[in-house]
Amino acid sequence: MFGSVPAYLAAGSFGSLPSFLAFSAAPLARLARLDIVVIALYFGMVIWIGFYLKGRSNTSEEFFMAGRQMTAWIAGLSFVSANLGSLELMGWAGTTYEYGILATHWYWIGAIPAMLFLGLVMMPFYYVSKTHSVPGYLNLRYGEHARVLAAISFALEMILMSGVNMFAMAVVMKVVLGWSLTFSILVSAAAVTLYVALGGLRSAIFNEVLQFVLIWGGALLVPVLGMIQAGGVGGLKTQIIANMHSDSYFHLWRDTAHFADNPMGVHWTGIVFGLGFAISFGYWCTDFLVVQRVLAAHDLRAARMAPIIGSFFKMAVPFIVILPGLLGLVLLQNPDGSRMQLIPQDTWKACVPMSASCAPLLKQTSLSPAVQQDVLDQKEGPQTDLHSYNEVLPLMMVRYLGPGLLGLGITALIAGFMSGMAGNVSAFSTVWTYDLYKPLINKKATDSHYVMVGRLSIVIGVLVSIGAGYLVQRAHGIMDYVQALFSIFIAPLLATILLGMFWKRATRLAGFLGLLLGIAFSVSLFMWVHVNPENLKYVALSDAAKTMAENVFRALWACLFTAIVIFVVSMFTKPRPVAELEGLVYGATKLPTEDPVPFYKNEWIWAGLVAVIFTALNIIFW
Amino acid sequence: MHGSGIPIWFFIGVLLVIYGSMILGYGVYEWHTGIYPPLVQLTNLHTPVWWGGVLTALGVFYVVKFRPGQAVK
Repeated sequence: MFGSVPAYLAAGSFGSLPSFLAFSAAPLARLARLDIVVIALYFGMVIWIGFYLKGRSNTSEEFFMAGRQMTAWIAGLSFVSANLGSLELMGWAGTTYEYGILATHWYWIGAIPAMLFLGLVMMPFYYVSKTHSVPGYLNLRYGEHARVLAAISFALEMILMSGVNMFAMAVVMKVVLGWSLTFSILVSAAAVTLYVALGGLRSAIFNEVLQFVLIWGGALLVPVLGMIQAGGVGGLKTQIIANMHSDSYFHLWRDTAHFADNPMGVHWTGIVFGLGFAISFGYWCTDFLVVQRVLAAHDLRAARMAPIIGSFFKMAVPFIVILPGLLGLVLLQNPDGSRMQLIPQDTWKACVPMSASCAPLLKQTSLSPAVQQDVLDQKEGPQTDLHSYNEVLPLMMVRYLGPGLLGLGITALIAGFMSGMAGNVSAFSTVWTYDLYKPLINKKATDSHYVMVGRLSIVIGVLVSIGAGYLVQRAHGIMDYVQALFSIFIAPLLATILLGMFWKRATRLAGFLGLLLGIAFSVSLFMWVHVNPENLKYVALSDAAKTMAENVFRALWACLFTAIVIFVVSMFTKPRPVAELEGLVYGATKLPTEDPVPFYKNEWIWAGLVAVIFTALNIIFW
Repeated sequence: MHGSGIPIWFFIGVLLVIYGSMILGYGVYEWHTGIYPPLVQLTNLHTPVWWGGVLTALGVFYVVKFRPGQAVK
């Protein structure tokens, strides 16, 4: 009987799925029974964890803040995993396929300096103020109006981001399994709702750490095997230059002196100041989704170490995300052995199934005229040979992973998406309950009532984000959409918090007006370009600028605009007494002294090491 | 996880042991019979065998080190 079980498990997909799982296109692969078992085990595990933790999530402190019991390692892994949703996996692999190694900026300069700044400089203020949320800090510093405004904008962002995660997961299921988008969205939404509503933040963090391990276990093989087949770094470079007729795909900085010199159409000033400061510091230091993980640490030292631990892993993530995108440029093949060329998401949607806008969009792609004509000639049925940029990672998985391993790889993707959704809805639930429901609707309810409200808001939040998932389909690529969200909400918030935390003169009215007008300014810039794409050249300062450049520059302008408003209004309004700013503002706060520790436990030593590695990586890939 | 209860690392270890042994078992079967998935590349490297082994070993380590009742620092 040797091998009878593996043979059974590997023999084809289950054929008894309900008939409503309408296939929208021919699937890339048929999952073996072994793969189905692997995926099912994951779903069983996360739901069981939710039930296990339900008994430990009875008070609001336990449900919303995980009891503030997390170690630095758990908080750090959760901190970086909360950002490992659809954004990190499919989105950035697809962006790399489109733009090359420039996408790595979003991992390195777009994350590492900000993570160190959060741990070393900002964390003490968040932690000492004992706030439950970032809007809660704004309430202490600027008052109720600023809190409500930040809470509403954050809640809206979380719902939209949750929709992004759901849609990305549904795309994976469509590409690999052929399931309809609707079915995949409903399944993922149900699972996330169940385990987060049961176990709260603790359950979300638990699953984020689990997801982190699964992602490395499931996705690491793709770049390893891909590099073997490509002939190592030298072979990969040679083939990309031969296929793309450019070596810009390998350089982080060299070709960023002019917008037109690099495939992303960005300038180094936008990368450094727009991405490296406005977007990155805005996200990693003020977005409650990630800050909430660190606030759950059991003491201040753990809270400071958590982002530093996370930064080590953040620097390594490009190996499993960026590298597969590059490998896809040279290794993916059509059934006839020719090189497979992926296309933008909106082109794919226009052509699968065929619509009138397919032909003009196809002309903008790098597909040869013969291939374009071949696509247009297939009037009936789905164009199964066409795949979008966002599908590069699952395509690479199918290429190298057999039964069992493919299931693990798909599970890693599902875990990433579900974890991202869980992070969004758990943060949404906290902000809704603490910063909107409690101060505005019901101030004097019992603790158990607020826990009930938190659980209910998770269910409602997921339902609303399902609608957002369908909105995403109309965007030009998942990443562009997400970046637009960051710059609209995050950049004004960053300026508001930084000035509030480091400038005693900033006043209540200035903080509120700065945030309000900053968001309005950011939305106006977005709409200005959305209505007339020609305006992009004004926002990004160049005719050659592309969408990514618009996002980073819009964030920079929104941040600067907000800072100017806060400065001007503060100069004309009365500041708060310094005594009221204790615990909230640098220079007015006596930070707690920490017990001395051996050098290998000192956060400054580890932050220094991160800084050295970060600098070296940027020089190596200059 | 800090505090009482089953450490998260134990759950991870259990899942890795199950996944690793399933993949390792299938890899051994595949190598023994010589029947490989037709569209998968680099099957000559027997990836399921060594990767399944790595996952299993890692899982066993976590299960043993973080089993319930152990004092975990």
